[in-house]
Amino acid sequence: MNAHTLHTPLTDDDVAALRAGDMVLLSGVVYTARDAAHRRLVAALNRGEPSPIPLAGHVVYYVGPAPAPPGRPIGPAGPTTSGRMDPYTVPLLERGVKGFIGKGHRSPEVKAALVRYRAVYLAAVGGAALLLADHIVEARVVAYEELGPEAIRELIVRDFPAIVVNDIYGGDAYEAGQRAFRRRR
Amino acid sequence: MTTPARTISVAFVRRALAALLSEAAWKLPTDYVAALRRARQQEAAALGREIIEILLTNADRARAERLPSCQDTGMAIIFVEVGQQVHLVGGDLNAAIEEAVRQAYRPLRKSVVADPILRENTGDNTPPIVHYAIVPGHHVRLRVMLKGFGAELMSRLAMFPPAVGVDGVKQFVVETVERAGPNACPPVIVGVGLGGSFDTVGLLAKKALLRRLGTPNPAPHLAALERELLDEINALGIGPQGFGGTVTALGVHVEAAPTHIAALPVAVNLNCSAPRRAEVIL
Ligand code: SF4
Repeated sequence: MNAHTLHTPLTDDDVAALRAGDMVLLSGVVYTARDAAHRRLVAALNRGEPSPIPLAGHVVYYVGPAPAPPGRPIGPAGPTTSGRMDPYTVPLLERGVKGFIGKGHRSPEVKAALVRYRAVYLAAVGGAALLLADHIVEARVVAYEELGPEAIRELIVRDFPAIVVNDIYGGDAYEAGQRAFRRRR
Repeated sequence: MTTPARTISVAFVRRALAALLSEAAWKLPTDYVAALRRARQQEAAALGREIIEILLTNADRARAERLPSCQDTGMAIIFVEVGQQVHLVGGDLNAAIEEAVRQAYRPLRKSVVADPILRENTGDNTPPIVHYAIVPGHHVRLRVMLKGFGAELMSRLAMFPPAVGVDGVKQFVVETVERAGPNACPPVIVGVGLGGSFDTVGLLAKKALLRRLGTPNPAPHLAALERELLDEINALGIGPQGFGGTVTALGVHVEAAPTHIAALPVAVNLNCSAPRRAEVIL
């Protein structure tokens, strides 16, 4: 399997090198956002207000981490279901977001938009939250603090492991992987 | 004949419940871990085996460090069985249960909103979802699930007419797992409720998830249905985390109840790669 070591922010070349099914080890800044943060962020963008976080070239991680245990930067922090963020994804792609990390299916609209805006969708292993937190070396709330676990956090990640699900060529690792093992109909 | 009553203080229930919930957050059930180990042998996909290995390591680490295995420690779902000879004293049982949840979730993520439309976080993961049952005996039995909502969101319910039959039931169950795909963090555990009424069939499906893996339904026709469903589900090819493979589900548990001549209610409740549950008898 291809493993890519990448640093954020991502360039068009970084993204062009990724194929569905590839393994990625991501380092640098990543922004967390889930349901409530997306709703607010996209509402603000639609009103023409500036984004509280940089978007161009950046990566959004769909996660609501557990509280940090003493002496650690963050608690267990695995991916949440990405499909819930589908209605908010295109406005972020329009502003240059280059990658999303989550788990689960994306809508046909989002997959098409990833191709159009040249961005990738990555999956981390859902349920492996404690191991994933090992790769987060710093975390601080940067917007919407009152949302608690849903606040936007700036994370510094190191070799954060993820698998490319949807690439900029229309590839889909879920579809390809499942086709190979399907014994039904 | 009168049997002497047993007195149990609600503070005792509160402490036991808080300890049970805390432990469930970091200690994945032994039957689940054993099933996952077997799945590591059975899985035909290399990436699938690697993912199962990661989940096993994560489970070991959670247990060793007493930290939650998954960030979504869910809503607390609590089944309280009270023996009818028990006299609960020293306060309000409901309040004691809420307090136990508040305490246990202090170091955990707060994932509950007070209103489904207004969506303001309650800040302490209360209220829990509590199901009471009065049973013969002198005991209080507490069973808990910390139910993550990735899998809950993909669960489904249907009120079928009887003509749909067992084939229709199977199709609905398999289709539910298929639609859930990677969203429910497979390998999943599938709880199926059959019969009852609209309000109880979902509860049957949830209770099916309380059963230990590897324990078939005692009724032969339902045990057969469980085996057939497991085969069909694993033929879907979804595999660990949806990247393809031969292990999509670790088990299918069916719970059935009497129903009306006009209906065949079906509910499918999915559990994920963090199927936390625990039990204690006081
Ligand atoms: S579905 Fe289960 S394993 Fe997956 S993120 Fe939610 S609680 Fe964790």
